[in-house]
Amino acid sequence: MKSIEIKDLSLNFGDLKVLEDLNLDIYDGEFLVLLGASGCGKSTLLNCIAGLLDISDGQIFIKGNNVTWKEPKDRGIGMVFQSYALYPQMSVEGNLSFGLKNAGIPKAEIVERVARAASILQIESLLKRKPAQLSGGQRQRVAIGRALVREVDVFLFDEPLSNLDAKLRAELRVEIKRLHQKLSNTMIYVTHDQIEALTLADRIAIMRDGKVQQLDTPHAIYNHPNNKYVAGFIGSPGMNFMPGKLNGGGNPQFATGGLSVDLSRYPFENGGSADGSEAWLGVRPEHVSIGRDASGKAFSHEVAVEVVEPMGSDTLVWTTLADQEFRFRMDGQKNVEVGEKLNIGFDPVSASVFDMQTENRL
Amino acid sequence: MSIEPIGPRPQRNFDPTRIMIYSVLIVAALYYLLPLYVMIMTSLKGMPEVRLGNIFAPPVEVTFEPWVKAWDTACTGLYCEGLKVGFWNSVQILIPSVIISIAIASVNGYALSFWRFKGAEVFFTILIFGSFIPYQVMLYPLVIITRELGIFGSLAGVIFIHTIFGMPILTLLFRNYFASLPEELFKAARVDGAGFWGIFLKILVPMSPPIFVVAIILQVTGIWNDFLFGVIFAGTKNFPMTVQLNNIVNTTQGVKEYNVNMAATILTGGVPLLIYFLSGKYFVRGIAAGAVKG
Repeated sequence: MKSIEIKDLSLNFGDLKVLEDLNLDIYDGEFLVLLGASGCGKSTLLNCIAGLLDISDGQIFIKGNNVTWKEPKDRGIGMVFQSYALYPQMSVEGNLSFGLKNAGIPKAEIVERVARAASILQIESLLKRKPAQLSGGQRQRVAIGRALVREVDVFLFDEPLSNLDAKLRAELRVEIKRLHQKLSNTMIYVTHDQIEALTLADRIAIMRDGKVQQLDTPHAIYNHPNNKYVAGFIGSPGMNFMPGKLNGGGNPQFATGGLSVDLSRYPFENGGSADGSEAWLGVRPEHVSIGRDASGKAFSHEVAVEVVEPMGSDTLVWTTLADQEFRFRMDGQKNVEVGEKLNIGFDPVSASVFDMQTENRL
Repeated sequence: MSIEPIGPRPQRNFDPTRIMIYSVLIVAALYYLLPLYVMIMTSLKGMPEVRLGNIFAPPVEVTFEPWVKAWDTACTGLYCEGLKVGFWNSVQILIPSVIISIAIASVNGYALSFWRFKGAEVFFTILIFGSFIPYQVMLYPLVIITRELGIFGSLAGVIFIHTIFGMPILTLLFRNYFASLPEELFKAARVDGAGFWGIFLKILVPMSPPIFVVAIILQVTGIWNDFLFGVIFAGTKNFPMTVQLNNIVNTTQGVKEYNVNMAATILTGGVPLLIYFLSGKYFVRGIAAGAVKG
């Protein structure tokens, strides 16, 4: 069942179109991540869903109710903000109960709900403290608690972990995932961090310039990016892109910088492309094999190592392939020297081909 | 033999720069304090001693007679009831003016920074522009307005005027302060179901004592020191302390009682002086906070 339905949503600030004809269906209990670079409109979209921004056109339904003109408090949502946004003069308890008091909920029930939320988030011992006396992680827990006590169907997270250091971020990320598994309500989560997106999401919506570029599972987005932007955005280090020409026919080939890649096993969508058209070939650094493994691949070539970046578990190697900068990832335990010649190869099945003009997947 | 540098760099207590800075500061302080010194000394002398003309000399015979006279019996035109009448008038003008102007301006600032209604920018610009128009231009229209409202020459009239003239600077002050608070706080409160007044009274006001203190300081000193509006709008019966002081000092008949005049002046200036001393830290902090974000 649909939990949230967004129909033809547009938002303009004067002449500036921030969101354009956006359609999005989010299902019950789904964890949807809105991912994109800053300024892509993802936080704006979340604010529209929350009712904190008035939209210019379109409709928003939550649980089948048209909430387009409703106040945030009447939409059945809870929201968690990047800067925690705790009320500094109130204790943790006061922060958690503020919304409930405004809603005129009986005192006994408020106490009960606050206690329940505090126990889920393990912040019982902090209830009497002021936000200033809490660490960043504790503050964000309280902020999540404030959404929790509302006992709503939809949780909205606006970059909730961006203000935390790396270690805490990883910890809280798991906690949010646990929370979702436990409560199984709908969650919409805005972030610019692809690791958060890939680890948390049931589905990811990648946004750019106020439009959804691709809406799919993390697996599909990683393996079958719709277009070059999505392909380059997801994955770290990013995908290698090589410009070249497609030679069609029964045995398609991709020609780049004097090399030819056999694409006969590449699953062309939309029936492939015209002969001689220009295209990008995208290869993920982690899909490259080395040495003996490379020989068995549909494409292999010998390259010279230029720069080596050890990253612990992996080593990132920079080289030149077909006159293009090319990087690949290899086992961190293997030794590799600058200047060394290596045989590398990849399978076109795991690669992506994009049209040069439209940048869409072929 | 030179010492191998180790640990913190040694501080030189008497380096030339420091001596220069302190000398200039001390001279400046003395320069500004000198008139106050003269005033206090003169106010503690009897008239025969004042006539000797040694204004810097401390009193030979200390007397508090001039202070008592200034407060209780000095003549302001026809009445000889001293400054105390003016003092209570000033208090009566001050307290409602400060409370009303700050109450309205804080809500203005809040609305302008968080509820961006249509035309908010224009409204704000007009308000700021208003603070650049010389008072003199507005005096006559305001006299007519207050007359039509039936409050000319009354306490209500002068309070009304002070409230209006406090509006631009106070609104600016509050708007800038509220604009520096995180917007997400405001959003969180909206999700929590707080309305216009709920957010203001329960979230923002409890967070803002510093800016309220600054506003109080600005208004108290400004209104207390006001002469022009008091003399025009308050009416003879309600003349504030500054006007009474002027009447005492400028009395043309009889002997000029410099000691009484000095005492009266210090008494009048005492209130703002006290405010500065008690809240100096807040004053500086608030002005800085208001200035940083525009």
